[in-house]
Amino acid sequence: MQSNRTLELGTGLFVLLGFVALFFLATQLPSSGLKLSSEKRGFHVTADFDNIGDLKVGSPVTMAGVSVGEVASIRLDPKTYQAVVGLRLYPKYNEIPDDSFASIQTQGLLGGKYVGLSPGGSETFLKEGSHIDQTQSAIVLESLINKLFASFASKAGSDSQSQAPSPQTQGQSPSAPAADPKKQEPKK
Amino acid sequence: MSNGKHHDILLQGARKFGSTALFLVQLLVQCVPAFARPRLIVYQVYNTGARSLIIIMLAGLFVGMVLALQGFNLLQRFGSEESLGSAAAIGMLKELGPVVTALLFAGRAGTALTSEIGLMRATDQLVAMEIMAVDPLRYVAAPRFIGGLIAMPLLAAIFSVIGLYGAQLVGVQFLGVDQGAFWSQMQGAVSWHDVNQGFVKSLVFGVACSLIAVNEGYHAEPTAAGVGLATTRTVVASSVLTLLLDYVLTAAFL
Repeated sequence: MQSNRTLELGTGLFVLLGFVALFFLATQLPSSGLKLSSEKRGFHVTADFDNIGDLKVGSPVTMAGVSVGEVASIRLDPKTYQAVVGLRLYPKYNEIPDDSFASIQTQGLLGGKYVGLSPGGSETFLKEGSHIDQTQSAIVLESLINKLFASFASKAGSDSQSQAPSPQTQGQSPSAPAADPKKQEPKK
Repeated sequence: MSNGKHHDILLQGARKFGSTALFLVQLLVQCVPAFARPRLIVYQVYNTGARSLIIIMLAGLFVGMVLALQGFNLLQRFGSEESLGSAAAIGMLKELGPVVTALLFAGRAGTALTSEIGLMRATDQLVAMEIMAVDPLRYVAAPRFIGGLIAMPLLAAIFSVIGLYGAQLVGVQFLGVDQGAFWSQMQGAVSWHDVNQGFVKSLVFGVACSLIAVNEGYHAEPTAAGVGLATTRTVVASSVLTLLLDYVLTAAFL
């Protein structure tokens, strides 16, 4: 009888563990599956972006490179056609100025997107339900390259008249167009 | 002379293949009535599954950790360490989980099945059952086959989950990949099809490994040396067939 009990217990535990593992794989891993629990600690703020690239729920929110929270929700505002991104910031970072600047940046060359915060100068801080007004959209690599080529083409057109381009302008040319879209993009 | 020997090997291989296929059909016929005695099946699930749990979990942990270490080194060159989660998940779910589990299963549970049934054959227990009008296929072979079939997908799933946490341990805790990025990239990259593919693979491997183990034991030569040989053949055949089937299944799923 004793060995029977351990057998049943062992089999039951094993099968249970197996099904829990299967359930985890099926529901928690694919992005389409329902999520059981994500820790709901911290406070929520929102920010509107024109274009969020491939930002996903769970992507980190950083300030000066330090992770201060994560993306909690993403939805489309049907009126303004902007993406409304809900950010959950960890409770200990409760002294971030409420005029801080949120931008969507890329981790490495091929990495995913994340939200970077740069501090403003306000005396009041972000709190539950705050809205970040100043945002900068994700930089889409393709449009950046397009602009680069466009500026090259116009430069080549003007250069062909003055014949010999000086090495100095050649050295500067790649950096100038790269900085250009950044200047145009920030809204408000 | 050598030509004739060649011929012999080919012929023997074909015969082996045919007898195994035939045995599978006989076994499947006996599988339905075998469920009349669920206790036998439960015992085999315990024997093949629950008792392989420790080795499966340990192997999964270390495979996941190594995967994270290697993946991190490679991804770092492209500055995309954050993709570590998706790389580990895809590798774990689709390939390493089912395959390594099947190999371990063949070594841990397959050999036990073969030697157990082989010894029953060598000590004439199977014949004795037949004389008492008890079908050994139904009461010895089928429960073991079904037990292995049930245990394998569960073991593979446990292996994958433990492996993912092993990868997370090394990637996030030791190497400093961001935890949110690790999981969000993983969830972005893994689709329902990837999970399904791993599950189907482990199911097929379960059929193959259990069938080979039971078949080799059931048809083992009724001597001490014969049982030993059959056990060796189980490991070799299961491993080779698992890797071969893995290629075929991967090609079929793409």
